Amino acid sequence: MAKLDSKIPKGPLAEKWSKYKSTMKLVNPANKKKLDIILVGSGLSGSAAASTLGELGYNVKVFCFQDTPRRAHSVAAQGGINATKNYKNDGDSDYRLFYDMIKGGDYRAREANVYRAAEVSNATIDQLTAQGVPFAREYGGTLDNRSFGGVQVSRTFYAKGQTGQQCLLGAYSGLSRQIKKGTVTMYSRREMLELVVIDGKARGIITRNLVTGELERHAGHTVILATGGYGTIYYLSTLAVNSNASAAWAAYKKGAFFGNPGFIQIHPSSIPVLNEYQAKLTLMSESLRNDGRIWVPKKKEDKRHANEIPEGERDYYLERRYPAFGNLVPRDVASRAAKERCDAGYGVGDTGLAVNLDFKDAIAKQGKKAIEDKYGNLFEMYEKITGINPYDEPMRIYPSGHYTMGGLWVDYELMTTIPGLFAIGESNFSDHGANRLGASSLMQCAGDGYFVISNTIGNFLSGEIRTPKISTDAPEFEKAEKDVTGKIKKLFAVNGKQTVTSFHKRLGKIMWDYSGMSRNEEGLKKALKFIDELKEEFWKDVKVPGTNNEINQELEKAGRVADYFGLAKLIVIDALNRGESCGAHFREESQTPTGEAKRDDANYSYVSVWEYKGDEQEPQLRKEALNYEFVEVKERDYK
Amino acid sequence: MSSRFYSSLTKKYVMSLAGLFLLSFLLVHLLINLLLLFDDSRYLFNEAAHFMGTNPLIQTFQWVLFGGFIVHMIFGVILQIQNWMARPKGYKKKNASEENYFSKFMIYTGIIVGIFLVIHLFNFFVLKMSGQVPEFSGHEGTEDMGWLVFDLFQNGGYVIFYVVAILFLGFHIDHAFQSALQSLGLNHPKYTPFFKVVSRLLAIFIALGYISIPLVIYFK
Amino acid sequence: MNIKLKIWRQKNAKAKGKFVNYNLDNVSPEMSFLEMLDALNNKLIIEGDEPVAFEHDCREGICGCCSLYINGTPHGPGEKSTTCELHMRSFKDGHTIVIEPWRSRAFPVMKDLIVDRNAFDKIIAAGGFISIDAGSSQDSNAVLVNKEKADEAFISASCIGCGACVAACKNASAMLFVSAKVSQFALLPQGRVEAVERVQSMVAKMDELGFGNCTNTYACEAVCPKGISVTNIARMNREFLAAKIS
Repeated sequence: MAKLDSKIPKGPLAEKWSKYKSTMKLVNPANKKKLDIILVGSGLSGSAAASTLGELGYNVKVFCFQDTPRRAHSVAAQGGINATKNYKNDGDSDYRLFYDMIKGGDYRAREANVYRAAEVSNATIDQLTAQGVPFAREYGGTLDNRSFGGVQVSRTFYAKGQTGQQCLLGAYSGLSRQIKKGTVTMYSRREMLELVVIDGKARGIITRNLVTGELERHAGHTVILATGGYGTIYYLSTLAVNSNASAAWAAYKKGAFFGNPGFIQIHPSSIPVLNEYQAKLTLMSESLRNDGRIWVPKKKEDKRHANEIPEGERDYYLERRYPAFGNLVPRDVASRAAKERCDAGYGVGDTGLAVNLDFKDAIAKQGKKAIEDKYGNLFEMYEKITGINPYDEPMRIYPSGHYTMGGLWVDYELMTTIPGLFAIGESNFSDHGANRLGASSLMQCAGDGYFVISNTIGNFLSGEIRTPKISTDAPEFEKAEKDVTGKIKKLFAVNGKQTVTSFHKRLGKIMWDYSGMSRNEEGLKKALKFIDELKEEFWKDVKVPGTNNEINQELEKAGRVADYFGLAKLIVIDALNRGESCGAHFREESQTPTGEAKRDDANYSYVSVWEYKGDEQEPQLRKEALNYEFVEVKERDYK
Repeated sequence: MSSRFYSSLTKKYVMSLAGLFLLSFLLVHLLINLLLLFDDSRYLFNEAAHFMGTNPLIQTFQWVLFGGFIVHMIFGVILQIQNWMARPKGYKKKNASEENYFSKFMIYTGIIVGIFLVIHLFNFFVLKMSGQVPEFSGHEGTEDMGWLVFDLFQNGGYVIFYVVAILFLGFHIDHAFQSALQSLGLNHPKYTPFFKVVSRLLAIFIALGYISIPLVIYFK
Repeated sequence: MNIKLKIWRQKNAKAKGKFVNYNLDNVSPEMSFLEMLDALNNKLIIEGDEPVAFEHDCREGICGCCSLYINGTPHGPGEKSTTCELHMRSFKDGHTIVIEPWRSRAFPVMKDLIVDRNAFDKIIAAGGFISIDAGSSQDSNAVLVNKEKADEAFISASCIGCGACVAACKNASAMLFVSAKVSQFALLPQGRVEAVERVQSMVAKMDELGFGNCTNTYACEAVCPKGISVTNIARMNREFLAAKIS
């Protein structure tokens, strides 16, 4: 049975990573050519890892379900990417970023990993800049920074509201360079449906060719998952509609433990739900809160137009409740505060499920041009979707499912509990604890890809230099492929009456209502029951049209939703288990008299790590204790 | 018709350089033609024609000009065939997105101008070469090319043909000048709008200039 | 409102396709264009028909997945926006909407409205990068970059690779796409090192893949959802000329 060893190097915090690097085992260049790496996912972490591993000389096969790596959802990250350059001379340092992330994550992240994420952040910015990522600059030609929610320094690098796109395109260009060199082979329009484990080690994957429907076997000495998060479990989320957890779920079922599945960030500012047909919610970058002020009317159910409500009748509730951080409180705090106001009847818009994000003061102070320079494309995007011009009246925003802090459990080397299986970027659980701070997602993804996995994988692969090429004829491949074929057949065989999407919508609603921004035992237990019922209905009445041997988007969706039933349950089980409130996980049973989240360090200072025990069995909980050696665990206070 | 027969961009450079060269020729040609309108004795025109027809430098250059036409036409046709091949199946709905109108028909306006050119060359060049043009009374030893022009433009049908062909030449040039600059990389947010206007004025000037001659002669 | 649709249906790359008419009731002006297609597919599935295959992912205009040639315009009516950002309020009750796939030799149709845009990746892999290995970069502020140049590079870099430029161009030319990438790197000092080689290999690849030539009709610029200008093409023409004569 896999052991829960986080393999944290001994020694002072700031020396762990350099010590690890100088003592880890290496693979010599001649041997690297003989080692095959399978990498699933081509977002920022995947593309960065692919290019770096290619540069090192490994044979890398990269898989993505999109038509090209450049479409991965990293593209949609808007606001920025953090680094501890301290270009602003405002007192930033690796330690401070580390501290902000630990605190922001509500003391539920592993110190060593977080410190490393901060430590490699500068090299990441240098790498991206050198690759031609056009970050915003000052008139003097130096890079510009802005501040982001939850911190008091300006350490966020940005490219207007398209930082993720620019970072991904930078990594993608590096990946393309390796494709030209021949070190990386790209397999697009392939979806990983099963992991192949041979003699206890991850040795390959089964993919479905999304054009021909053919199942393909791919073998390697190691497998890296860079498959992103599972925010679409809410159906309506800020994620791309095709984002899914099927690869991670396959790994979980094959023995990779899942860490903190219940930690899902609800982003405070997305465009509210506009109609019942809506397929996704659009994020409005957190950076908007640098200049925008959030408010609701002081009067309940005030139906006046926002511009007609005088200053004195506006409740800038974040500034009121959190004077020190004001509108820049972390995401979880901002989301809950919005929910609290709306639940109390102060919400705006037709549904009452929205708050105002107002730029009137910022425009008056800095001028329209300055605001346009900073947020122009976001304002345009808002207007395209809603038909409302945010230069003239406040934006309306509401929280929505966004980022999953939880993911496959990994050790310091980013290896899962299956030897040879690594998880990087959002697909792992490692760096953000119970809540992620803004602009640290791109940072972690790029850092994992460029500088972490490229080192740690060598430590594993050094033991594989004598392993010959893995054959895809192994019985394990045979079986894995058969399992996938069986699942696909089963989906077609149901031949019911309801569409896949209708099930996804209903699942999303259950998750949002009972396991969203606010959770309680009774609701969570209800959710478990509802999920089971829905799953049963799904397998009785879902309709998957077409055949397997063609482009079949409904089949793709069906497989993903089928996996989501399992993951949804795991999320709820995790949320039930964690009786405290921490970060994005808010248990109504555990709050202060003023309604703030109340952590319970005595009982819950651990990572909940879940082991798959079978579809019908409860997963087994293991606890990775979080021992804070370097920071003092305190109440998280943004007042 | 391989794309490796010069890169697409090189072909475009050649197209635009040849085009600009032809444009300069059109201007010189027009200025000489206009002499007919300002000098009823045809003296100036015939002198200029004589100079153009006998000066060794110009005579050599004539072949360069001829080459310019051939290159412009051959490359134009090659580019167009490649462009057609790039979209084997077209759209049901025609592209509605706004674009420079005449730019869409360069091959057609070009072909019409090309046909005109052949007839035009036959009318003047070939007749001249075969010695069928009478001697100009105003200057011994020169041919009365001007007479040839007057003679041709007495024919109403020919005038109509000439005017129509020149109109198409105008449409061609309307896009051509600014397009040639773009192909050569000469685009600047500050100056390009100006050159687009120049392109249009050039087209109007050349078209009206050439058209005015047969009309004036015919209706005189 | 009620919408009449005329949609290109094609079983696979080899099949012969045809237009099929559909009628869709209860379309709300608040729906996005793709949500309208979702509703159509929902109806088709329930009625036992095959849904219309079209590409989409982020649904906020940044991933470049969505395509669709709508009533004669790539990404449909609406300035500087992608199909996923288009809303049904741009159409009138009872209107007929003709939806076609991108048409280009280099973008073969794979199914219904899905085309293969892999050619773009091949062009990028030919030279659309800066050769810098992770670990060998210097401090980001070691090279200062003029802000205007950096901003211009950003605009060129904001291309989402959707292929609308190719779809709109009467010659199915990829010049706007290629020139945007060439420009981004040409404008930045870190990109100058390989500029001569880059522009030549990218153009050679573009030609090889069967895209048409540029005739400066500027239809590409008119439909680009990111507002990328043809000044990029001129810059590429300059870069290429300079590379050829250097």
